[in-house]
Amino acid sequence: MSDFPHTPPRQSWTFSNDVNAEIRRAAATGIYDIRGGGSKRRLPHFDDLLFLGASISRYPLEGYREKCATDVWLGTRFAKKPIHLDIPVTIAGMSFGALSGPAKEALGRGATAAGTSTTTGDGGMTEEERGHSQTLVYQYLPSRYGMNPDDLRRADAIEVVVGQGAKPGGGGMLLGQKISDRVAKMRNLPQGIDQRSACRHPDWTGPDDLEIKILELREITDWEKPIYIKIGGARPYYDTALAVKAGADVVVLDGMQGGTAATQDVFIENVGMPILACIPQAVKALQDLGMHRKVQLIVSGGIRTGADVAKAMELGADAVAIGSAALIALGDNDPAYEAEYNKLGTTAGAYDDWHEGKDPAGITTQDPELFKRFDPVLGGRRLKNYLKVMTLEAQTIARACGKNHLHNLEPEDLCALTIEAAAMSGVPLAGTNWVPGKTGF
Amino acid sequence: MQTFDLEAQGLRALNSTLHALKGQTNETAWEIINPKGSHAIAVGLDAPVDVTVRGSTGYYCAGMNKQATVRVKGSAGPGVAENMMSGTVIIDGDASQYAGATGRGGLLVIKGNASSRCGISMKGIDIVVHGNIGHMSAFMAQSGSMVVLGDAGEALGDSLYEAKLFVRGSVKSLGADCIEKEMRPEHLELLADLLKRGEADGKAKPEEFKRYGSARKLYTFNIDNASSY
Repeated sequence: MSDFPHTPPRQSWTFSNDVNAEIRRAAATGIYDIRGGGSKRRLPHFDDLLFLGASISRYPLEGYREKCATDVWLGTRFAKKPIHLDIPVTIAGMSFGALSGPAKEALGRGATAAGTSTTTGDGGMTEEERGHSQTLVYQYLPSRYGMNPDDLRRADAIEVVVGQGAKPGGGGMLLGQKISDRVAKMRNLPQGIDQRSACRHPDWTGPDDLEIKILELREITDWEKPIYIKIGGARPYYDTALAVKAGADVVVLDGMQGGTAATQDVFIENVGMPILACIPQAVKALQDLGMHRKVQLIVSGGIRTGADVAKAMELGADAVAIGSAALIALGDNDPAYEAEYNKLGTTAGAYDDWHEGKDPAGITTQDPELFKRFDPVLGGRRLKNYLKVMTLEAQTIARACGKNHLHNLEPEDLCALTIEAAAMSGVPLAGTNWVPGKTGF
Repeated sequence: MQTFDLEAQGLRALNSTLHALKGQTNETAWEIINPKGSHAIAVGLDAPVDVTVRGSTGYYCAGMNKQATVRVKGSAGPGVAENMMSGTVIIDGDASQYAGATGRGGLLVIKGNASSRCGISMKGIDIVVHGNIGHMSAFMAQSGSMVVLGDAGEALGDSLYEAKLFVRGSVKSLGADCIEKEMRPEHLELLADLLKRGEADGKAKPEEFKRYGSARKLYTFNIDNASSY
């Protein structure tokens, strides 16, 4: 042994342990990694923005005493029956199939108690969610699983899904383990097969066709229902403009942090843009068309707190939608099930193999034994509590910024912590008046 | 028979009038004049009425139909009878793309030719085409039957599930996982019934058709089939 010091072992940044493990997994199995959830990488996000709060130039409102309203109207452009929600936090589309029936029931219970809407998903409308959701948005998806005119008419709004933040340009997937008899019947599929949803609608392509498709949906429902168009965060300026042109009442914009029930990891982590970069583009499209606030904008993808809600609305959104956060509120990835997560080779917080249907929390499964563990009444109460807390948090911040309605929040109340966040959000870097690409530097 | 002048009275008035027939039985025969290629004619019907459109239609005629019989005395634009639940839609002329897309029940008859993607994602509808069908027809077709008296274009039945396809003429090519299958007596019986209901029993005999369906090799993912995906 030499007395000279050795070079310590050095791991490669490019070929990290995670990367090497994935290469070995691919080599052993011959299949790409499929998982649920949204992007796990560190992305520029709402965390990179801060509120400025009131000062001499603007005065705050008294917390708890002075009113700060939270309600929102959706679908005021064309629909005879627009939707009025008490709070601007809605529940995003998640399918029966991906989630159990009791989990859908809990979403309906919680959202209704908090005064907001839930959304169906790629598997049709279930009695659990229609029965427990005062306001239910019915998704119109490329697969058209379970689609029928009766459910269209008993929905409160229709959401034409063009894309999803986790996989803009990609279709859905529900692996055989979750195609139970009930799920198969609703989708007109054989039981137990891997089900691949189309990425493109079967009977329209492009914005001109979409305009006619929306005409048809409005005619079928006698122009009563608000029509949303959901887009994945890829080209938000043009997609928002085209959605408005096609006749949308509401644009739903989902960033890459938005979750999915099951998609290729390579897709989730490498396609689309973070929601922070998407919102200003969509708002600009609406403003350029003179349609901001006339066509409402709902944003989603990584919304976790009332601060995130307030920041999204300051950037120009009318409301937000939550999916992953709602599942966590119900009990998904709860450390109480740590021993069972360990048995599945994972740990609480990291569990994302929702497609395998073995969820210890009984939420992302079709196994009756597992979903017996989940109490939809308790789950609904937890979701209601969480929605109320988010709303209170957003109100607290809005009052501190001197706003008597969440809709009065404005970008002038924000600063950015990083140059990237400043460039994406159009908000000046903290301590400067610098917005990269905009002002005189 | 009630006559509705679409050009004079407008689309909204037409569909709301037809929707109001739900639960009624005394105004069962309707004729629509001056359709002039309008979109979304007679969509979302839910009553056992008989509607005749005197002329050609635009997109999505008879979309999501339930119970009604809709006859088009002309040709139909894209997506005719899309997502039909029940009832009958009969097109005297040709049909454009996506005829019968995602249909869940009922019968669609096209007496001329149908363009590409006829019966795409069909989920229980029966489709009888007297002429030819275009490429990618019955793509991801899940259930129901499609009968084609003429020829089929490229990639017939690509990625299909349990739909039954019967073609009398040539098939330019079969799509991934679609194969020719044995015609058994129960299929001949089914075909005879479809030909009769599709107003084609004088034009063709069940024995003249070949049957196509799913090889079911893509039902569960296997890396060795990756080139087929």
